[in-house]
Amino acid sequence: MVEKEMTVNLKSGLQARPAALFVQEANKFNAYIYLVKGGKKVNAKSIMGIMSLAVGAEAPVTLIAEGADETEAVAALQAFVSQEHI
Amino acid sequence: MGKVRVSELIEHFDLKLVSGEKGIEREIVTSDISRPGLEMAGFFTYYPAERMQLLGKTELSFFGALSKEDRLERTAKLCSDETPCIVVSRGLDIPQELIDAAHASNVPLLSSSLKTTRLSGLVTNYLETRLAPMTSVHGVLVDVYGVGVLLTGDSGVGKSETALELVKRGHRLVADDSVEIRQAGENELVGNAPELIQHLLEIRGLGIINVMTLFGAGAVRNYKKVSLIIHLEFWNPEKMYDRLGLEEDHTQMVDTPLPRLTLPVRPGRNLAVIVEVASMNFRLKKMGVHAAKQFSDRLNDALKENK
Repeated sequence: MVEKEMTVNLKSGLQARPAALFVQEANKFNAYIYLVKGGKKVNAKSIMGIMSLAVGAEAPVTLIAEGADETEAVAALQAFVSQEHI
Repeated sequence: MGKVRVSELIEHFDLKLVSGEKGIEREIVTSDISRPGLEMAGFFTYYPAERMQLLGKTELSFFGALSKEDRLERTAKLCSDETPCIVVSRGLDIPQELIDAAHASNVPLLSSSLKTTRLSGLVTNYLETRLAPMTSVHGVLVDVYGVGVLLTGDSGVGKSETALELVKRGHRLVADDSVEIRQAGENELVGNAPELIQHLLEIRGLGIINVMTLFGAGAVRNYKKVSLIIHLEFWNPEKMYDRLGLEEDHTQMVDTPLPRLTLPVRPGRNLAVIVEVASMNFRLKKMGVHAAKQFSDRLNDALKENK
């Protein structure tokens, strides 16, 4: 299991469109991936779950991945949220 | 475990803040309420300081009969660093000593116009709901024939599509994709949608749809007790699926075990109908009619006769 804290740098936070792209990215991996914000944990492959967290810009979040490609998954998703624009 | 700030309590019950403004961000961590009658009489050995303190007519009229020194000493002890807040019911007049002590130690002193017993009941209910252990589950919660069914399974297995078909058949959607589940009572789990995505459903290829505006108010519910878990998974030819229905599988959720069925998904299997029948069968079992068991008994009898 890989667990990593990170900050969302996207200017608009995880708004609907970035959230959809985030979920699309997460779905490329086989590992179980979760996103945690403020004690709430949701499946990172579910768009409604991600949007229900309402992750704003500069928000601290934690990514948890479990599975064969967990390291790659966390690295790819961290790269995704650390860019300012998509 | 959740926490409730005193400021939230003030807002929810429309309480009047009398003194101790600086402490309104104090946290209430237990749903128990203390009525410090014995403490008023000077017995502080078992003072439950972490609870909300509720003063009614009895406590305050007893307090009125105390000497000045006793009043000062006891109000000071009552307003400890740990005390989240003190509430006076019935809009009673609050003794000056208590106001001063609350101010000095920054314990919020609140007043309500409600009667003591009623207020105590309402606050306990509110705190119990707010402080209940909660978890967030990836799944879809639907109300099918009055049974709260939680559909779980991997992404893309068809949970939302099944929910849509169920809604089309007159059942109700509670939450799609992300369900907040809390322990509402002994062996009772209640699920609701996170507020932001309430009444919404995401269908691949269509996007986000609003079930309430599309299908009407009868097609949604805000919360529902969860009674049954139906797990959807892609058909695995290696795996044995239940063919009889004699055994019951359970999954632990928060502190409650829930019956769980596993449904294999394959083209040509109408999941909505199967979920409907599963709910009806669940109700039937609750009413004491267990088809699989009855059949098994009948088979037993037949086997005995044929000996």
